[in-house]
Order: sequence, then C-alpha cells, then structure tokens
Amino acid sequence: MISFERVTKRYPDGTVAVSSLSLEAPDGAITVLVGPSGCGKTTSLRMVNRLIEPTEGRILVNGVDARQQPAAELRRGIGYVIQQAGLFPHRTIVDNIATVPRLLGQSRSSARNRAFELMELVGLDKSLAKRYPHQLSGGQQQRVGVARALAADPPVLLMDEPFSAVDPIVRKGLQEEFLRIQAAVAKTILFVTHDIDEAVKLGDKIAVLRQGGILAQFDTPDRLLAEPADEFVEQFLGTDRGIKRLTFYTADGLNLLGGPVVAADTGTAAAREAAAAGDFPWLLVVDERRRPLGWTNPETLSGSQPVGKTRLVSYGHAFRADTDSLRAALDSAVLSPTGWAVGVDAEGAVVGVASQETIADAIRTAHATRAHPDVTPGRASGDAAGDDTADDDTAADDTPAEPAEDAGPEDRPLEQAR
Amino acid sequence: MSVFDLPSYVQNDYLGLMTQQIEVSLGACAAGLGISLPIGQACARWRQAYPPVLVFVTVIYSIPSIALFVFLVAYTHLTETTVFIPLVIYSLAILVPGVVDGIRAVPPEVRIAADAMGFGPARRYLQVELPIATPTIMAAVRVAAVSSISLMSVGGVLGNLGGFGNLFTQGLRHFEIRLVWLGLFSLLALALVVDLALRALQRLLTPWSARRSVRA
Repeated sequence: MISFERVTKRYPDGTVAVSSLSLEAPDGAITVLVGPSGCGKTTSLRMVNRLIEPTEGRILVNGVDARQQPAAELRRGIGYVIQQAGLFPHRTIVDNIATVPRLLGQSRSSARNRAFELMELVGLDKSLAKRYPHQLSGGQQQRVGVARALAADPPVLLMDEPFSAVDPIVRKGLQEEFLRIQAAVAKTILFVTHDIDEAVKLGDKIAVLRQGGILAQFDTPDRLLAEPADEFVEQFLGTDRGIKRLTFYTADGLNLLGGPVVAADTGTAAAREAAAAGDFPWLLVVDERRRPLGWTNPETLSGSQPVGKTRLVSYGHAFRADTDSLRAALDSAVLSPTGWAVGVDAEGAVVGVASQETIADAIRTAHATRAHPDVTPGRASGDAAGDDTADDDTAADDTPAEPAEDAGPEDRPLEQAR
Repeated sequence: MSVFDLPSYVQNDYLGLMTQQIEVSLGACAAGLGISLPIGQACARWRQAYPPVLVFVTVIYSIPSIALFVFLVAYTHLTETTVFIPLVIYSLAILVPGVVDGIRAVPPEVRIAADAMGFGPARRYLQVELPIATPTIMAAVRVAAVSSISLMSVGGVLGNLGGFGNLFTQGLRHFEIRLVWLGLFSLLALALVVDLALRALQRLLTPWSARRSVRA
C-alpha cells in the first residue's frame, strides 16, 4: 500500500505543485493519478521514490516512511516506468532489464536469466535480447521499460505516462497487455496519465487532481463517471461520461435474438416467414459458418433467388457477445444503418442481434440494478442462457439445413464466460 | 642509404623521433582528457560554471606556444615536460567542450530512469553517463590527438624536443630539404594512423552506436 499523508510540495519560488494530498493506493491494484498538465501528478509520483522530496507530510510505502532508508536503496525496491522508456542506449535489451537485479548484487547470469523470464512475460521475442534499444520500435521499447521495472520483483510499481508516446493502436495493445500482466503479478501500482480514457480503462481507483495538486475526487472509475464530485471533475470527464460508463457493463446479459438471422441460401418465402414470425423489420444474412454478411429488408425481397444473392446493407461492425461491454454493443447498433447490433462469438460467428431499444433497456436495467459494478462477472448468464435457448430454437427453424451449426456457436460464448 | 637514415646532426634515429613524438603528443592528449573529465562533469552539473571555464580554456589556447615554452624553460628546463605542458593546456580547449557536450547529450529521461533504478551518483556517472557520452568525447579526443601531434613540431625550436618536428628545424638549418619532406610525411602518416586507431577504439567502446552517425 502507498499512503500519502497530507503531502505538500512547495518550490523555493513559492509555486505549490502538490497541496496537502492524502490518498491510499490499495495493495495489488492500479491507482491512477489523472489530471490536466500542471496538476502535480508526476510530482506526486516522484515523491514516492524520492526523485522529488516532499516539503510537508509523509509518504508510507507498505507502512514504512519513504525517508527512513537511503534513497538509492528505496528506489531499488520500487519499479519505475517512464514516458520515453528511458532505456540505457548503451546496453542490450537483456542487460537493460537486468539492471536492478545487478544493482542488488545478483550475478550476471542469474540476472540475465531473470531478464529472459521477463521478456517472455511482457511478450518480447528472445531474439531481441542482444539488440540495442534504438533497434526496437517504440512499443517494444515500452515493453522493455515495463520488464526492467519488474525485474527485481518489487511490490510497488510507479508508472509515469508509460503509454502516451506511442501511436493509438500500439497503445491499446500495450494497455491490454499491461492488464494481462497485472492480473498475473498483482503489483501495487501508481499510474500517472493525462488521458481520462486510459484512466478509466486501467484504473481500479482513480484520483483526479486539479491545478496546484489538489485532489478533486478519489473513487472507482464507475462511481467517478456516475457521480463526479464537482464541475471540474465533470468537465474533465468529458461530455460522453455516460457512454464511457457503459464500459463497465458487460454485454453478456443482453437479450440477443436469433430469429432475424438467416442463412445465405434461404429463399424469399422462407425469409419472409422468418421476418413475419417475429415482426422483424430486417434480417441478418450469414454465411455457412454463420459469419455476418449484411442486412436485408424482407419487404423488398422478390423473385426466387436466395437472400445471399440480393443486395445487402452493411452491418457496420459486430461486438463480442461474451466479452465486450454494453458500450461496444451500443456502438455497433448506432453504427449500423438498420439500428441493430450484431453480436458474435470468438470465431466471428453470429450469436444473435439486438435493436437499439433492446440495448437501451439493458442499459436502464444495468443502471437500476447495479450498485457494485466490478464484483459479479457473468452474473447475467442464467437469464441469458434461457433466452438464448429460446432464440436458438427459432434460428434452427429458420435454417433447417444447418441446425448443428446454429446450435454450436450460440452455446460457445456461454461456456467461455464461465 | 634508406630514406629513414638520418644525418648525425639530428642526434636521434627515426625510431627515436617517432617514440618521442608519440609519447609526448599522445601522452599530453591523455593527460588533457584526465583533466577534462572532472572539469567537464562539474560544468555539466553546475551550468553557470561552464561559460567562464569555456572562456578560460579558449583564451589560453590563444597563447603562442613559443611564449609558453620560454616561460616554462625557467622551471622545467630543456626537457620533454616543457613541450608536454603546453600540449596538455591546448588540448583542454577541445576536450572540455567535448566532455560537457557528451554529458549533456545524455537524454534526461535516461538520467531520471537511472536515478529511479537506484544508481548512486558515482555509479550513474561511470555506468550510464560516461558510456553514453563516449561517442562525443571520442570525437573530441580524435581532434585533440591529431592537433597535439601537429602542434608538438614547434618543440623542435627548443632543440630536439619536437619529435618529427626536429626534422623541420634541422633540415632548415642544414638546407636539407629531404629531412623536411620526411618530417612532413611522417607527421601526416602518424596523424592518419592515430585517427584510424582511435576510430577503431571508439567502435570497440561503443558497439551500440556503431550503425548510427557519430557526431563529429
């Protein structure tokens, strides 16, 4: 645990960077410090390993005052990841990662063995071990930075905007990788960013700081988005905080319909029948592996050719019914010209479809029933299973040629959810 | 008679001249580097100290070597030390800025990372800053070494203290143009060999920057 106790940093010229900051970063969790530039978030972080000394107050790392031991010793027990990676350009990747174990007196060979373990953990190929930092991409360098910080297996990790210097696609990958690693290592992490989306995505708890290093709010991401403490926090969260909040609601409780899903070789008559059965305005046409092809309007169908041969309306993008959030489902529905979202499983096969109205209902239900957002993964699966089975029967009726294929993908996401 | 056989009035054989040339000029360059490292490190840390130091090393570079020799002869007499000391002083004008630029070129995030990893000041200097500054420092060392080789020739006027430069003064005194040419080409060849050797040394010391362009 990292505890700030009324910590203030005042510079000789009178500037106050951090003002009487008190907060506790819980064990094994990611605590994000977020705020506009000049809010003292980096200063706060650097006071933990005493790169900057506080003027007033004290910081406890696992119950011990950071000032009780020599700075260099303290720092060897705290991992640190910096924005530009800060790798040593004159050392190979493996030696960069082995830095702190070597400082702690480990032999070269055991430090290197540890470095190889960490390269694997952060997803770096062993062939990169003998390269120098400038021979790596920005994303790879950041992975090395994370590996180096973890090398001595410190209980506490400080991360100063570690992913902000890479492009958005690489950043997304690094963030997901980082969450995967954290799930395995469960470090106490203090993470600084100016990006509220990153904070919401990564943080177990978020501290929003305002100019002058004043703590504006310290809460879980869901509560922060639901109940910003004041106007500053609300503005900082942006105008789409309601949408952002949907990230915390999983889409697996969504009532997905299999009725409007038809195979490409379905004839006009059968398609019309399927649409009439559920009064569906649109039918989603899928290929023989149940991957979505596009929407068709049953009203305009004519002639005898199968629906797969007609002109289809694009479905935009699909969401993962088992793992994605309601935000992804809503986005899929909003993007789709028909207003219906397409839910798929891990293989990309259609599980079912949902209208904007269905999703809106699910959001209302989630808001109403959800007091503790992060505790009950897969809680809705009982209901969903019932609904899915019913849909499954309908789908099987619609496409009698491939009943086995229909049943398969619909069951899979539920198995995975457990 | 080989071109390397020298008349008796040179008072030294070719190998002897070469040894003197290498010992004094490269020795002065090495001593200059030894002095420049702490001065440069101090100037990189205390920024306000650098401008006056830079003015000082530049001003002493402008003192004519003859004047320095005459001044030093009173204390060190007609020994190699009299040539050695000015060469050390001149090398500072090149090496001190080289060291300061090198240390300053260490990226700030690397320095912060080193501190945050738990390097002490001495370790940080020896294991992080100095190695990263090496390409820039070595570029300065190459210039200083070659200029030191060339400047040492003036030592010939003090009588046989100029290495290959002795061939200029003696050749001039005895109207033996062959000696002047021999001295000139020997100096050029030596400067070239030393520069290539230092380049090779730099490659060896900084394998990590081998494929990057090295700042001259």
